[in-house]
Order: sequence, then structure tokens, then C-alpha cells
Amino acid sequence: MTTTRHYFDKELEALHLQLIKMGSLVEESIENTILALKKQDVELARKIFWNDDVIDGMEQKIEKMCLNLIARQQPLAGDLRTISTALKIITDMERIADHSADIAEITIRMANEKYIKPLIDIPRMAELAKQMVNKAIDAFIRQDMGLAREVCRSDDAVDDLFSRIVLELINIVKNDPETIEQVINFMFIAKYLERMADHATNIGEWVVFNVTGEHAHLARHENKDDRINNPFVKNTIGDG
Amino acid sequence: MDDNNNGLKIYTENLNLFYGDIHALKEVNIEVEEKKVTALIGPSGCGKSTFLKTLNRMNDLIPAVRITGDVYLDSLNVYRQYDIVELRKRIGMVFQKPNPFPMSVYDNIAYGPRIHGVRSKSKLDEIVYRSLTNAALWNEVKDRLRQNALGLSGGQQQRLCIARVLAVEPEVVLMDEPTSALDPISTLKIEDLIDELKGKYTIVIVTHNMQQAGRISDKTAFFLHGEIVEYNDTEKIFSRPNDKRTEDYITGRFG
Repeated sequence: MTTTRHYFDKELEALHLQLIKMGSLVEESIENTILALKKQDVELARKIFWNDDVIDGMEQKIEKMCLNLIARQQPLAGDLRTISTALKIITDMERIADHSADIAEITIRMANEKYIKPLIDIPRMAELAKQMVNKAIDAFIRQDMGLAREVCRSDDAVDDLFSRIVLELINIVKNDPETIEQVINFMFIAKYLERMADHATNIGEWVVFNVTGEHAHLARHENKDDRINNPFVKNTIGDG
Repeated sequence: MDDNNNGLKIYTENLNLFYGDIHALKEVNIEVEEKKVTALIGPSGCGKSTFLKTLNRMNDLIPAVRITGDVYLDSLNVYRQYDIVELRKRIGMVFQKPNPFPMSVYDNIAYGPRIHGVRSKSKLDEIVYRSLTNAALWNEVKDRLRQNALGLSGGQQQRLCIARVLAVEPEVVLMDEPTSALDPISTLKIEDLIDELKGKYTIVIVTHNMQQAGRISDKTAFFLHGEIVEYNDTEKIFSRPNDKRTEDYITGRFG
């Protein structure tokens, strides 16, 4: 049987290309934002703002493509899920880029200060978040559930790093209350990175929805009590 | 061919058509772009098929039809500056129901070229092959070229009719609801075919199925009561139409 709907398939391919492009811009912005933070490079940090406008523009462009495909091609079943998934994941991607810009903003604010600690775990978190975004987009393009699940599993590693960083920062500020401003800034940065990973996880979950038609929570805090009895707060207060 | 037509293949100026006392087309002004697909949509009786037929003078034979205004093909007046045989060669037409001649697949395609004087067997073979290939039908019928065309499926018959049009090398192909008698898969095949043909031909299609207009056309004209309410890029018509009546029609809230 000859396949039909060449036009729709062509448009879908164009949509994929745009998503890949947006994904690589997002990855680039994560990479640059950490580079700027590490080197206290104000110029690079400012560039990330520009980049954010480009990414916002791409979100709108892709959204328009999706609405057009729905309006003109009447996608059904898997095709319909693919388009709605694309619509959802661009919001997550845009949010990730927003957080890059947020980190860049803090970088500019701290440009003339000597950091209270060497940056080790924060770049590690950023690298993980970046890889998660990359894999999540890849999983969407290839409709690869295995890869999507891998992304969701990586979220735990990011969460662990986040807890570790927070613990470390609490100890720093306890020893020297003068560090409070930077501690808060780094706390925000760690939180932004943790959110980036959450958004990447969302993308992974959307891919699973795309393939199976059902939502599944694949990661994140099987035991919600763990979050409420937040271990680092408990431990440090106890130690203090 | 006029090189100074700015990408316009056909345009009309204040076109009116009357069936006796009935004013069926009112001051229609439209510019049809070359090598694009233009879709005409609108409710039954809105004049879209009537309009389509004014383009190749199919209304000429209907008694009591009176036409005012002008239709231009390549900047020449269709009603005053064309010989009708020449006009119909340049503007082919495909109808709602597949209407193959009751003869073999091969003879269906060769019919037009033979009338236009092609006698050479090898030349006819080549035309039949090319037309059927371009109509995405060759692979399905290459082993039954000598069989009666009426034995083909409805979708195949319609593609045969398109191939028959292509055989005389027209510049414009008019289609009057070409898929309304076909099943969904045959419909999508014809739609894919239209998408391929637009590289070479200017296509004007009337369709009752507005989703189809959305899928395949570059420009869409919405007809209502013999007038064009809105004519714009299809993308615009189907996402942000300017006129409330267009929106009501495409969203099914009409009337």
C-alpha cells in the first residue's frame, strides 16, 4: 500500500526540525549561563537575555505551526497527540530558557563579588539538566519511551545534587552570616537548575503520553513524606 | 503566455452571471495565482461551481445564462479572445463523479492527444505512461492498460480522469468536488496528487469539504449567495478569518 498524507508528514518533519532547533538553543543557553556564572562573564550573561527572546520567538513560531496543523490537517489519534505534545513541551522548553536567563541575571548581580565557594556541584547539575533536555527532545522526535524514562530517572540525581548544595549553603551561612546574600543567590541558582530538570522530566512524561495515550508519573518523590520531612532542614537544625 | 502577469494565471473583473432572473454570481473579482491551489468553499447554491464553470466557459451551452464582466486567462479575455477548443485545451476539468470513457485505460488517456492529432504509437505510449505516472496511477494499472477503465475502482477512475486531463498538457486544472464520491483513503491519494501537481499546474478546486480546502489549498475563497465574502491565504482563512460569516461557516455555526 502506498502511504498517503505526504503533505502532513512533511509538515510534521518541519515541526520536528523546529523543535530540535529550539532544543539546541535551550541547551546552548544552559551551557552559556553556567559558563558565564563560572567565569563571572557579564557580557556572556547579557547575551543570554538576547537568546531568550529568540527562544520565546521560536515558541510562538512552533505554536503557530501546531495550531495551523490542527486547523488545516485534522490530525487524529497518534497524530493529534503528537501535535498536542509539541504544544505542551515548548512551554517547558521556554521555561527552561527563562531559568537560564534568571541565572544570568544573578550572575550579573554577583559579577564583582568573590564567590564564597568554588562551583562544583552547580555546574554538575547544569550539565545533567542540559543532557536531560537533549535526551527529552530526542525521545520526542524518535518517540522513544526508553529514552523518555531515562530522562525521568535522571531527575533523581539532580534532586540529590540540589539537596547537597542546599545543605552545603546552610552550613556556610551558619559559619559566616555575612555570606547570606550570596548564599541566597546560589540557593536560587540551584533551585532554578532543579526546576530545569523538572521541566525536562515533564517533556519525558509528555513523550510517554504521546506514545501510549496515557499519563504516567515516571519519577519524582515516590514518597511525598520525604519532601515534607525535608532531610537537610532536619539534619542541620539538629546539628546546630 | 504573458510574462507580465505578475504570477496571476486567471483573474475576473466584475463578473456577474444570471440564470434567467436569478442573479447567481454578483460582481466577482478574484485573482488566481499561477501554480497554486485555489479552493472555493461555501454552502450549496452559493455559486462556487457556477463560478468554476465560467472559467472554461462550461456555462455557454446552458440556455438562459447571461454573463457580464470579464474573465482573463494569461491576460487575454476568455470570452472574447480565445477559441473555445484552445481554451479547453489549456483549462482541463475534473468532475465530481469519475467519468471514464467506456473504453480501455490506454484509450482513455490517448483520446485527447489523438483528437489533437497525435498519431505516433511511440508518442502515444509515452503520453500514456507520463500521464498515468503523474496521476500516481501507473503502478496500479500498468498491467491492465488494455482492460476496460470502468473496471477500475472509484478512486482509480478519478485518478484516470485526472491523467486524461494531464494528457493534453493543460496549464490550469479545474476540479469540481473531485473526491466527494470517494472513500477517505482514495480522497487522501487525490489530495496528495493535487499537492504534487501544483508544481506544474494552476489548480482551482470546488469542495464541499472545507477541511479538504484547509488541507490542500494555498488560497481559499469563501462564497455566499453568489458573492465572495473573503478571499485570502488558506492559513489565514482557517485560523483568523476577517469576516464573521467566514468564521461562522468554517466552524459550523452557519445560519
